[in-house]
Amino acid sequence: MTLRKRHVGLALYLGFLLVPIGWMLNMSLRPTADILSTFRLLPMDPSLENYRTILGDPSWYSGYLNSLTYVGMNTALSLLVALPAAYAFSRYRFLGDRHLFFWLLTNRMAPPAVFLLPFFQLYSTFGLIDTHLAVALAHCLFNVPLAVWILEGFMSSVPREIDEMAHLDGYSFPRFFLTLFLPTIGPGVGVTAFFCFMFSWVELLLARTLTTVQAKPIAAVMTRTVSATGLDWGLLAAAGMLTIVPGALVIWFVRRHLAKGLALGRV
Amino acid sequence: MIDLEWMAWTLPTAVFFAGIAALLVGMSVWQHVSPTRRRRGALGLSTTRGDRVFLGLLASAFLQLAWLGLTPFSPWIAAGLGGVLLVWILRFG
Amino acid sequence: MNRTEHPRAWLLVAPVLAVVAFSALIPLMTVVNYSVQDIFGPGQRVFVGSEWFREILRDERLHAAFGRQLLFTASILAIELPLGVAIALSMPTRGPGVSLTLVTLALPLLVPWNVVGTIWLIFGRADIGLGGALLHGLGLEWNYAQNAADAWALLLVMDVWHWTSLVALLAYAGLRAIPEPLRQAAQIDGASPWAIFRHVQLPKLRGVLTIALLLRLMDSFVIYTEPFVLTGGGPGNATTFLSQYLAQRAVGQFDLGPAAAFSLIYFLIILALCFGFFTALTAHELHDAPEGEGGEGEA
Repeated sequence: MTLRKRHVGLALYLGFLLVPIGWMLNMSLRPTADILSTFRLLPMDPSLENYRTILGDPSWYSGYLNSLTYVGMNTALSLLVALPAAYAFSRYRFLGDRHLFFWLLTNRMAPPAVFLLPFFQLYSTFGLIDTHLAVALAHCLFNVPLAVWILEGFMSSVPREIDEMAHLDGYSFPRFFLTLFLPTIGPGVGVTAFFCFMFSWVELLLARTLTTVQAKPIAAVMTRTVSATGLDWGLLAAAGMLTIVPGALVIWFVRRHLAKGLALGRV
Repeated sequence: MIDLEWMAWTLPTAVFFAGIAALLVGMSVWQHVSPTRRRRGALGLSTTRGDRVFLGLLASAFLQLAWLGLTPFSPWIAAGLGGVLLVWILRFG
Repeated sequence: MNRTEHPRAWLLVAPVLAVVAFSALIPLMTVVNYSVQDIFGPGQRVFVGSEWFREILRDERLHAAFGRQLLFTASILAIELPLGVAIALSMPTRGPGVSLTLVTLALPLLVPWNVVGTIWLIFGRADIGLGGALLHGLGLEWNYAQNAADAWALLLVMDVWHWTSLVALLAYAGLRAIPEPLRQAAQIDGASPWAIFRHVQLPKLRGVLTIALLLRLMDSFVIYTEPFVLTGGGPGNATTFLSQYLAQRAVGQFDLGPAAAFSLIYFLIILALCFGFFTALTAHELHDAPEGEGGEGEA
């Protein structure tokens, strides 16, 4: 019987997670004038007008493309530099390895607000302001340490014997790494990519500071809904709903690996 | 040459970072000459020499902050005390 | 599983060092430089020594922001950790419910942080939000834009909504790693569910819970975007936390020197927390490792 009760509690909690999102969905299906004039639990006359506005206007939907571009670049970049390093941390002993690992972690924890101004000037110096690369690089600040950390966990759970066997069989290191080792830790790479995507997608402070027009993230474009006549609630809600979609899709695709990955990895 | 004026270097901060860099190099050489042993000291933590240097620097930084925040005296006194603290942690921590 | 020495190691970590040095070291040096100078404009600056540190450390408003930060962090930890573990314990372990629960739980984690603020901004408003309207319907004076207690309550509920899932997912992963026979054996011995949790499951969860605790501790310590959207730090300064106050000084008032000094103090606190985190994590590993693995690293 306790089993039943537990499930009721869980269902209540999942409801608590979904209701605010559902409410925003409700708002997004109604024109702002209607939202402000009457309070309704369900839209009387659901319309996709708000979504049509967003998807029909390049200044809106380019925000999505920008966000997806730098998030993709950041995920690829983070994995690319983190994979070899994680291997080194999990397999080799070298001067200062633990301290290096610690230093990396401190960057994961550093408040982005601290780095705002120097970042802006650093990227100005290299002419990177308002490019996708600038945001992708800036997000490496917290994603690379995270990626190294998660991957190291996965790699350490792979027996060393594989490395030694490959060496005896005459595999060169790059060939061993790419054809034998990487497939073995496949789920780990997936989980790492998931977390890199997630943290880059949800971050706004740095993304907004380093971009002005060309690479402006969708989350920053949303401030456009504030106008002289007040907030355009319907439009704001629709834009918000659309930012949830990519994340939801990603979760759906990795759902099987997620539980396994979480159990093996560290985050 | 890229313009680095925005980094606003000053002599004291340059000396500070050069000092940190020299410390890192020195520690590496020291490690090479005589490798550290992990041990448990007065702080009750299992530390290597590098850990103790880090802890010492962190502790003296907090000491410096406490000094600046709570007393009106010259920060140089705190710097001196911080140095003593660093050496103590390195030796006995 | 002893690690060996190999010259390749440095080659493998070099890319990470390059990337992180570029995006962390250079900015950090700049912050240090700013913190000891009074900067009026490009090329116009005066060395002021530790003046800014002295000023910031005695700044009443900073003390207040720090106090609020501690209160906020302590509150969300006290709610999210037990709640997360409770959710993990009640999650199904097989069947179609697993995927559904996992996906729903992970959903808030993938919502951009300012949208999290927006969701609750809409939900909490008394005129158009379901939550606000419900509270009004119950006859409560609810106005988070004017009442500090309401603003706090809304922020806490938002953070619980946003982040408890992370704790729950970690705890769930930890629970799944415990061999099932262990629990069954205890059940056959007639142990109560609470006893099983207390003596079989909780000890095994120590590792993941440490990670959860520290991740939430660090992340809540640097919280910025959500309160910025939801309350803007108000009413008054009632929900101005450390990052908020820092951004106000650095971007709002352009006080580069004091903001940099503040950043460094903030960073030192984070560094100390990190060290605790790292020690807690590796103490675990060192405990398992054979003796003599000691002299593994330096400098």
